[in-house]
Amino acid sequence: MDTDRERHRARETAFYLFTQQSLPACKPVLTPGWVIAIFLFMGVIFIPVGLITLRASHCVVEIVDRYDIDCVPEPSRMDKVSYIQDDSIPKNCSHFMKVHKYMKAPIYIYYQLDNYYQNHRRYVKSRSDKQLLDGQKYHDTSSCQPVESNNNRPIVPCGLIAWSLFNDTFEFIREGAELKVNRKNIAWKSDRGHKFGKNVYPFNFQNGTLIGGGKLNPEIPLSDQEDLIVWMRTSALPSFRKLYGRIEEDLDVDDVVVVNLMNNYNTYSFGGKKKLVLSTSSWLGGKNDFLGHACVFVGCSSLTLAIIFMLLHVKYRRPYGDMSYLPWNRKSFSG
Amino acid sequence: MVAASSRKRKGKIRWSKLYSFAACFRPLTSKERLAARELIGQPGFSRVVFCNEPHLHKRKPYKYPYNYISTTKYNVLTFLPRALFEQFRRVANFYFLLAAIFSLFSLAPFSRASLIAPLVFVVGISMLKEAVEDWHRFLQDLDVNNRTVKTHISNGVFVDKLWKELRVGDVVKVNKGEYFPSDLLLLSSGNEDGVCYVETMNLDGETNLKIKRCLEASLCLNEDEEFSKFKATVHCEDPNPNLYTFVGNIEFEKESYPLSPSQLLLRDSKLRNTDYIYGVVIFSGHDTKAVRNSTRSPSKRSRIERKMDHIIYILFSMLVLVSLVSSFGSLLYLRQDMVDWWYLQLPDDNKVNDPSKPVQSAGLQFIRALILYGYLIPISLYVSIEVVKVLQTMLINKDIELYDDVTCKSVQARTSNLNEELGQVEMILSDKTGTLTCNQMEFRKCSIAGVSYGGDITEVDLAASMRMNADFEPFEFSIDETDGATRSFEPFEFSVSSFSAQNGNARLTKTEGPVIKGFNFRDDRLTNENWIHGSNLFDITMFFRVMALCHTGIPLEDDNHKMDKLSYEAESPEEVSFLIASQEFGFQFCRRTQSLMVLREFDPSSMKEVEREYKLLNLLEFSSSRKRMSVIVSNEDGQIFLLCKGADSIIFDRLADNGRAYEQATTMHLSSYAEDGLRTLAFAYRTIEAAEYESWNTIFTQAKATIGPEREELLEQASETIEKDLILLGVVAVEDKLQKGVPECIDKLAQAGLKIWLLTGDKRETAINIGFACSLLRQDMKQFHLSLSRDAESNNQVKDMKEDILQQIESSYKMVCEERNKEAPFGLVIDGKALEIALRGDVKDEFLQLAVNCASVICCRVSPKQKALITRLVKQYTGKTTLAIGDGANDVGMIQEADIGVGISGMEGMQAVMASDFSLPQFRFLERLLIVHGHWCYQRISKMVLYFVYKNVAFGLTLFYYELYTSFSGEVLYDDWYMTMFNVMLTSLPVIALGVLEQDVSSDICLQFPALYQQGPRNVHFSWSRIIGWILNGVVSSLVIFLANIYILSPTAMRENGFVADIDSLGATTYTCIIWTVNCQIALITSHFTWIQHLSIWGSILLWYIFLLVYGALPPNFSGNAFQVLVEGIGPAPLYWMITVLVVVVSLLPYFIHIVIQRSYFPMDDHIIQEMEQCYKKYDVRDNEMWVREQRNSQRSTRIGFSARVDAKILSFNQQLQQKKLSIYRSVTNSPIYRSITTSPFS
Repeated sequence: MDTDRERHRARETAFYLFTQQSLPACKPVLTPGWVIAIFLFMGVIFIPVGLITLRASHCVVEIVDRYDIDCVPEPSRMDKVSYIQDDSIPKNCSHFMKVHKYMKAPIYIYYQLDNYYQNHRRYVKSRSDKQLLDGQKYHDTSSCQPVESNNNRPIVPCGLIAWSLFNDTFEFIREGAELKVNRKNIAWKSDRGHKFGKNVYPFNFQNGTLIGGGKLNPEIPLSDQEDLIVWMRTSALPSFRKLYGRIEEDLDVDDVVVVNLMNNYNTYSFGGKKKLVLSTSSWLGGKNDFLGHACVFVGCSSLTLAIIFMLLHVKYRRPYGDMSYLPWNRKSFSG
Repeated sequence: MVAASSRKRKGKIRWSKLYSFAACFRPLTSKERLAARELIGQPGFSRVVFCNEPHLHKRKPYKYPYNYISTTKYNVLTFLPRALFEQFRRVANFYFLLAAIFSLFSLAPFSRASLIAPLVFVVGISMLKEAVEDWHRFLQDLDVNNRTVKTHISNGVFVDKLWKELRVGDVVKVNKGEYFPSDLLLLSSGNEDGVCYVETMNLDGETNLKIKRCLEASLCLNEDEEFSKFKATVHCEDPNPNLYTFVGNIEFEKESYPLSPSQLLLRDSKLRNTDYIYGVVIFSGHDTKAVRNSTRSPSKRSRIERKMDHIIYILFSMLVLVSLVSSFGSLLYLRQDMVDWWYLQLPDDNKVNDPSKPVQSAGLQFIRALILYGYLIPISLYVSIEVVKVLQTMLINKDIELYDDVTCKSVQARTSNLNEELGQVEMILSDKTGTLTCNQMEFRKCSIAGVSYGGDITEVDLAASMRMNADFEPFEFSIDETDGATRSFEPFEFSVSSFSAQNGNARLTKTEGPVIKGFNFRDDRLTNENWIHGSNLFDITMFFRVMALCHTGIPLEDDNHKMDKLSYEAESPEEVSFLIASQEFGFQFCRRTQSLMVLREFDPSSMKEVEREYKLLNLLEFSSSRKRMSVIVSNEDGQIFLLCKGADSIIFDRLADNGRAYEQATTMHLSSYAEDGLRTLAFAYRTIEAAEYESWNTIFTQAKATIGPEREELLEQASETIEKDLILLGVVAVEDKLQKGVPECIDKLAQAGLKIWLLTGDKRETAINIGFACSLLRQDMKQFHLSLSRDAESNNQVKDMKEDILQQIESSYKMVCEERNKEAPFGLVIDGKALEIALRGDVKDEFLQLAVNCASVICCRVSPKQKALITRLVKQYTGKTTLAIGDGANDVGMIQEADIGVGISGMEGMQAVMASDFSLPQFRFLERLLIVHGHWCYQRISKMVLYFVYKNVAFGLTLFYYELYTSFSGEVLYDDWYMTMFNVMLTSLPVIALGVLEQDVSSDICLQFPALYQQGPRNVHFSWSRIIGWILNGVVSSLVIFLANIYILSPTAMRENGFVADIDSLGATTYTCIIWTVNCQIALITSHFTWIQHLSIWGSILLWYIFLLVYGALPPNFSGNAFQVLVEGIGPAPLYWMITVLVVVVSLLPYFIHIVIQRSYFPMDDHIIQEMEQCYKKYDVRDNEMWVREQRNSQRSTRIGFSARVDAKILSFNQQLQQKKLSIYRSVTNSPIYRSITTSPFS
């Protein structure tokens, strides 16, 4: 009872303080000391962090191999588009990748496309999440324009993204033995579990006159079509990598990996590049020095600033709370 | 012309106030009567009123409106369309309306809900606010409309009727002290002669009571029963706003009588000194002159808000620009590349991407881009500002320091639009009566026979000496230690300490005895009949007799009062104070008849009270040209005296050679009284031989009997011949009592750099007195008096008058320009007639130029319309923010015209308050309202708006940058709901907290350093450089955020398990950076952290994670691509958290470096004061020596106000001291005192 009343009173006074705008407050004032301390602190934090990230990035070994031109036979190089569109020409092609540094498993295999606008609004919108989850039980596929139905029957999975599925395939051979590529668990678990239906099978897919990209095995439910799932996580930028699989064996220095690939996917009509990337990963992900450089840069600038301000403070010290800077003490001040 | 004639009529009313000489009342001349008769029935004069037959006014053509008054903006039907219209007149709102309409088509880049919901929310809240404000107005109307008045129904029965039900033709009975419900025609009054007194303060601000008089024909209608058969028809002018004219006639018992304004009782005026009146309603409701005079209060917008519009335009141009870039870019892509992008299957159906029609597609892309980049336009800015302003208003209203215990009212901000405008005021136009003064006169001092009573020292001397003492003490101490040379300082020290000693005594005696209203005089030499011991007994008694006899007042027979003390009613409050004072001195004026005045005098010889009768022979009335009034009385012995009181200059001119005994001493006293702002009157008398009187009286009676224009001239001439050879008795000083705290408040406001103009309807002398009392004027100030010369005025030629005024202005301006000392203050006093000329088109620029260069301006005798006109011209000419403050209906025009209108709510009248934006119970609250709340609100709102701009630019531009990477297709990096949440939840609370609670310095310090206020008028916080700076800051932040994210996250894996960032991960990461950055940015802006700020800032950031978590946990049907994005996508990636830290630091770095440099090397006032506050936190702000010194330094440069006067005084003291020092120097050149003087604070 009493405590209740007390609490009530306390609330009342707090409200009173609020209305009188006299709530207890801290009023941090930026003093030279604080400034120098803050800059020093930033320098001390960011430089090591930057160095650590740089090191992590340097530990990552990455092999990038552009294959889209090499895989077109010399005679067809003048007209790559008709080459790729001509189904009668075999598209297989071999490439050599030399490992320049020891690569520890798992080694991630990415394909990289450049100048491919997976983030075009028309492209991004052309899908139906509901259909991906529910299959033909979900009828409305209007969001999938222009690839919604064929012969008056809905397409599963519908939409431009699925229709343009990337369909180059890669095989890796080291010293005559095939390297095992694990192509499971390359997609997000939540995608597999909650966004792509376990009982949804591709239906009426790539049956139209225009055939975009890869075909899907109608026997396998969408939740297991990890290539599709990865492809359908649209990339943010026109140059992107997508996970293809994992090599779960270490690669030694000077190992030569022969890649047998099927060069099916048409990037020639819009001048897109295709690259194959083998990369290990660190706790920070792939090889990217930007973060490390940025951190080191920020740290160094902070230290520099700290020193500059220190010098300035020593040389042109404005006494703290010095009244002579008040307007009425300055000569130029006039009413 | 109209004004001139109204003045003439007013003169008549004044004359009629001498009701004891009722015969003097001049009836209408036949000419005027004729004119009135001719006008009736003409267009504009067609109104017909059937008195006592209101039912006849229910049908046309005599159907007039009910007495219902409405001041609301909307009614139930018009609210929706009009309020909506108002809302969509705002450019930003209109833009979002269009965006919402477009969202109905597939073109829009966002979902419908995310576009429509914020708009509905924003507009809804604004409209709700409008509705609430209008509802309050409605309630106020209701209050007025539901007042009751006794109304005649039939057979002489009067019942209470609501004001709003009153109709034209109703006969009403109004009792003493009540307001008139509408414009009434006076039929009869409780006084036998049909006279009633009316207080018209609400209409014209004049404090004198006006006399109204009914027609003799209706005099008999002074009983309820008389009205059972009463019928009359009034023909009169149509409703118009002229307060001083009324033309009409009444047909009553088959006779027609002309009507004049003196029969018309106006709504909003009040019945005084009369028990009751009967009247018939002539104009009702919106037809009444008071209502016709009022204009609808315009909706005002603050300077910042107007500037905000320009910012919005800038942002709009940015929006259009980036949209153009987008559409042009898409055109290029469409033309060249996109045809080859087989994976898009172009063209699409909605024609946005049609390579065959690139221009059309680009056009559509343009529209889409306009909507897409809409986040550049801060939609929630308006609504946040409204919320903030309402909260600010609440805080202002709740401020306990702004609560007046006496009236139990507190400051009310009636509109919340203008809070921040309070911080930018540069000019205050103030009414006098009721605003600065309480309309109450107090008898303060007098000088009788060359001796001054009631204290010598003025407040200024006192303050100056106190301060010098304070400065002196440490100095004195040092001298004491050196040697005994202190003695040589004694004279000065003495003069200083004697002031304080006297003051101490005065203070002591002040607390003794009962407080008598109108009498604030303590001097033991005069009170309690001690004056009998005075040396000049005869002069003293004569002095008191003048005081008790020379007036037009009457004692009130009030049962409530004790028999021995009477209270009085008189034409002006100062006469009342004289009567009260003379009663206190033992000369009680107890009765008056037509020709007899009875005094109860204390007789010094018998030491008893005796009743003496004085025969009132003549009364030479007061007029503004004569500036004096006299009575000629004969005492019981048959001696004839002329007792005269008047302005000192007039009296001194008329003294007899032997009557100048005290002239010199009195003059000295006069000037000291005047400097204290006391109103002074000189008293004089002469004895008249019976023969001389007889011969004069015949001339005078003749003059009085004359009818025609020359009458007044003759009367004046006659008076002139008798009012001469006077013997000076002394002077009295009455104080037009200022409201509590007014001088201090004006002082503070002056220190804050505000200019104060006094606009009053009162006469020039009063205005100047008050100018002195408020320290707006001081003795060493050069004063310019602009008035029409007599010649110019009598010619009545506009051209002459113009030239006259122009010449005066030019010569004054020359003086201002020639003055070498830049700090020398000038005062300008101008009266209404001169003002009328000065405000004409071709003169006004010169006039305003002069006025603006004067430290203080006093306009006297100005009409309400002129007040409004001055306000408007000053506003236009100077372009400065003006604040008008007043209390009566006569100030309404000025209140509405000014940028901020303030009404004083302490008085009864509500018109000013109703028209005002802020209402104060007392003038003194203006200080805190402006210097504390105004300063705060200005800072808050400007910081808030700038931050809003920053926030939206920083966010909106990332959308644009992303477009560069998506071939301008209109894809959005973020989920729709992130974006909707941005302004609504994730960044709104900190900015509201900033807008409500931010304080650069505490309220105490604001008040201690009024000079800080100058930040507002100089607009340092909302200058264009700041605005541009913040926009640039936003651009930098957005660049840092976007580029860092793009380069760090792409194209390699972002996690150890090899996952790469897709569009959703990148979006969520970038968005996290934005949320952190903008919220940390506001933490950098905030200088005052209470737990609310902490909670809102850090809570908002936390809220984003919570939102992301919850939203991600929803089934994919709702969350779409954001499904599990935090838990599975970005959360486990260390990179995500590192990016956040890095980006926040880098994007805030430019701003941080900027404030560091500014604070360290170019500090602003508030920065230093904040530092001082920190440094000296442990000391009390008021006591600390350093504070006091700084405070004084800050005051140095003001030119008006009490402090300025004290400074001037100190200067003159110092000069005296200097002379003293010289003499010391000469005498003791070698003594150590010499050294200490040179190091003294005075040197």
